[in-house]
Amino acid sequence: MTAFLTLLARNRLALAGLVVMTVVVVLALITPLLPLADPDVTDTGNRFVPPLSPGAWLGTDHLGRDLLSRLLWGTRLSLAVGFAAAVAAATIGAAIGMIAGFYGGRVDNIIMRAVDMLMAFPYILLALAIVAALGPGLINALIAVAAVNVPFFARNIRGITVGIANKEFVDAARLSGLSNARIILTEVLPNVVPVIVIAMSTTIGWMILETAGLSFLGLGSQPPQADLGSMLGEARSALITNPHTSVVPGLMILVIVMAINLLGDGVRDALDPRLKSGALSRPMAATRVDRRSPVPPAQDAAAVLDIAGLQTQFHIKDRVYRAVGGVSLSVKPGECLGIIGESGSGKSVTALSIMGLVASPPGVITGGAARLHGDDLIGMPYRQLRDLRGRAVSYIFQDPQATLHPLYTVGDQLIEAIRAHRPISVKAGRARAVELLKAVRIPNAASRIGNYPHEMSGGMRQRVGIAMALANEPQIIIADEPTTALDVTVQAQILALLDDLRRSRGLAIVFITHDFGVVGQLCDRVAVMYAGKIVEAGPTRAVLDAPMHPYTARLIDCVPELGGGKRRLEAIPGLPPVVDKLPHGCAFADRCDRVQGLCRAGTVALEHTGNRAVRCHFPVNERQAAE
Amino acid sequence: MTAALKLVNLSKTFDIGGGFFSAPRAGVRAVHPTDLTVAAGETLGIVGESGCGKSTLARMLVGLLPPTTGTIEIEGAALDTADPAVFGKRIQYVFQDPISSLNPRKTIRQIMEAPLKRLHGMGRADRAARISEIFASVNLREEFLDRYPHEFSGGQAQRIGIARALAAAARILILDEPVSALDVSVQAQVLNLLADLKRDFGLTYLFITHDLSVVEAVSDRIAVLYFGSVVELGRAEDIFRAPMHPYTKLLADSAPVVGRALTAPEGGETELPDPLNPPSGCAFRARCPRATALCASAPPPLQARADGREVACYHPLDG
Repeated sequence: MTAFLTLLARNRLALAGLVVMTVVVVLALITPLLPLADPDVTDTGNRFVPPLSPGAWLGTDHLGRDLLSRLLWGTRLSLAVGFAAAVAAATIGAAIGMIAGFYGGRVDNIIMRAVDMLMAFPYILLALAIVAALGPGLINALIAVAAVNVPFFARNIRGITVGIANKEFVDAARLSGLSNARIILTEVLPNVVPVIVIAMSTTIGWMILETAGLSFLGLGSQPPQADLGSMLGEARSALITNPHTSVVPGLMILVIVMAINLLGDGVRDALDPRLKSGALSRPMAATRVDRRSPVPPAQDAAAVLDIAGLQTQFHIKDRVYRAVGGVSLSVKPGECLGIIGESGSGKSVTALSIMGLVASPPGVITGGAARLHGDDLIGMPYRQLRDLRGRAVSYIFQDPQATLHPLYTVGDQLIEAIRAHRPISVKAGRARAVELLKAVRIPNAASRIGNYPHEMSGGMRQRVGIAMALANEPQIIIADEPTTALDVTVQAQILALLDDLRRSRGLAIVFITHDFGVVGQLCDRVAVMYAGKIVEAGPTRAVLDAPMHPYTARLIDCVPELGGGKRRLEAIPGLPPVVDKLPHGCAFADRCDRVQGLCRAGTVALEHTGNRAVRCHFPVNERQAAE
Repeated sequence: MTAALKLVNLSKTFDIGGGFFSAPRAGVRAVHPTDLTVAAGETLGIVGESGCGKSTLARMLVGLLPPTTGTIEIEGAALDTADPAVFGKRIQYVFQDPISSLNPRKTIRQIMEAPLKRLHGMGRADRAARISEIFASVNLREEFLDRYPHEFSGGQAQRIGIARALAAAARILILDEPVSALDVSVQAQVLNLLADLKRDFGLTYLFITHDLSVVEAVSDRIAVLYFGSVVELGRAEDIFRAPMHPYTKLLADSAPVVGRALTAPEGGETELPDPLNPPSGCAFRARCPRATALCASAPPPLQARADGREVACYHPLDG
């Protein structure tokens, strides 16, 4: 709640709206207590007294009634009717929407077609028809305005409910023995309330206007009772001669509706989870670089890609998440380097930092270098970096469904990827696209090129993703869990394809995964990451056969190996540390069974021996590893 | 050996197409008629790739989906009404995504109390006692009870999901990919917890997954599903070591194993058959190296062999 208010207050206009609305509502509430003249007593001798006269600050109307008094009483009534209509429309509309969305099928069909029919009438015509049928009067106007707005809520809430009704927690509630009515009330309703509030806050101003409109036409409040609409209506005949009689209620309507709309927008922004998460703020074209320390030198001259001491942080509010805390890696042409780690270990952020693809804000690269053939990519001018993206270094991501555009054919997307770097004709681009699809062994490449992503299976889409990565003959492919979403038979094919490509084209591959089996089959060398740092690195077979870091050893033991039969697994107790509160010494100390005082004393360095490296004071398998 | 769960001729066909007034245009068979028996205290693994019908099967078993044909018998009593509240006391479900199976707007206590209140009609004091008992058995601290789901890690949320299933006091749990959303180190914790609970409470598990090494490590028997049918059923330690159905062999050969050379076990198009236009005979024959004309004639029946293994294949390996 306080978070909501802070968010709301950050929006200046919404805050102004809130202040104005508070003043208006308080005035409306205390109207009966104020020393005002009776709003309905006529005094035709004093008609059309101008504003600022003694005894009548805002003047009087055509019957000599005090305008200030009528304005406040009228505002009170208009607000009450507007709120009541909004609450009634929201309640009925949400109930209809939830029932339609929850039950679906025929119930949904019948209800929503009826709602569609209601929406097909122009709203004012419908309101007039309702009032005509029920007769004029404020309560009838309220009913008309509420009825006209029900479809808006019903459609909105139905859409949200359909999504919620298919969530697993609804199934879980069913299995817990809850009836449908109870599920709607206790599982669905709490999740749609924010949407109802948002819809209400953005429509309530509109409903006040509609009520005023009906009163203006003489169908709402009946004389002598004042509301803002009827005041305007009565003043219409004196619009030219005595404009103050119409300006006073007119201004009040303007102020109220304006304030409510500003406030409503603010409420919506503060409640909408997408806006809250900052998903709608546009990240910069390349990750922000703010290197405080000197740039470390390159380690390996023969490498295509050489990462030295890379540090990437996320600055969220006053917290600093050290996602990557000084990673050094290098890959040679034709080599496959595996990076293995659990979620939150910083493996993906490392990969994205290379080409400046970490979203900024909140991401910042705070140190280190990533050199492509000796040129530092970190802090490179954006124009140059963009030219290298996809041409020299390309990426393959986990979910090809999310990386391919759903509205373009895969051929168009491939041609676009080629033409972004080379000015070739569409025809030549098409020929090249077919060639690429053949290279990733898509059968009937020439006809598949016209397919949309949804027409392909997951494995085929991932092949298209790989074809796109190959489009400009890159030197390095960075593959971030490219087979995690795929079935095991498809995974085997994709891995074999990647292995073929790097051998036939001399591609360097950085392969990020959490699966030791995949690393063991594909990668020449492997780096194990934990809490943003490399804890062990070396040739894959050596590391898997004789892991030196206790984390690597125990992570391997966690994973059952096929062919071992039923058994108990060696779990690692506890959870990885959160990277905004890293411990002083070794990050694995709390979960390690070899921990000693020294481990917590200070930072543990990555010690190199031969082609192995380990970040541990008390490594396991030391003798075996040395042999 | 008493059967905890017995499925006879169970199948599910989804209608597709058809409008408000018209009848459905076609039906998609998600699960072909299946007979399956799970013994009390057993863990039966069900393994298959996406689209093989394993989740549809699981949802029918707990009454979230009404079956098109067939019956489900739980502990000897037939359940022909698809009412989750009736199923709930006998069979429970642990969901794949631990976070989305918990209502984000309810506290853990509210979530835990629902089955106790609705299925068992327990009073307040009984509920509190039972909840602390269950929380102790899944190694969760009671202070978690007043928090909301988003405050938990995946592993903790999955323990809460398991705790909820235990609260219903069902003796059979359907575990639908219970660890595939978790990190490997947490995965092992949850698998061990499930093994402990099974031993302590005498539970029966139906463990559904796509991960061959996990299913092998936890199951007594494994059923391999392909295109809505069980193609092979056998003891966990044998089935991937010595597969008899060519599809099981393909799965076993595809699993990444450290030290095995990387070769694609099959080339070319490997897509599942089109469910709207299913092939005649064996669904696997288009991908099968041993397919003959016989395979196209009729779907091979699942036949039991002397060693208890069941295979649905005209030309089984090592047969």
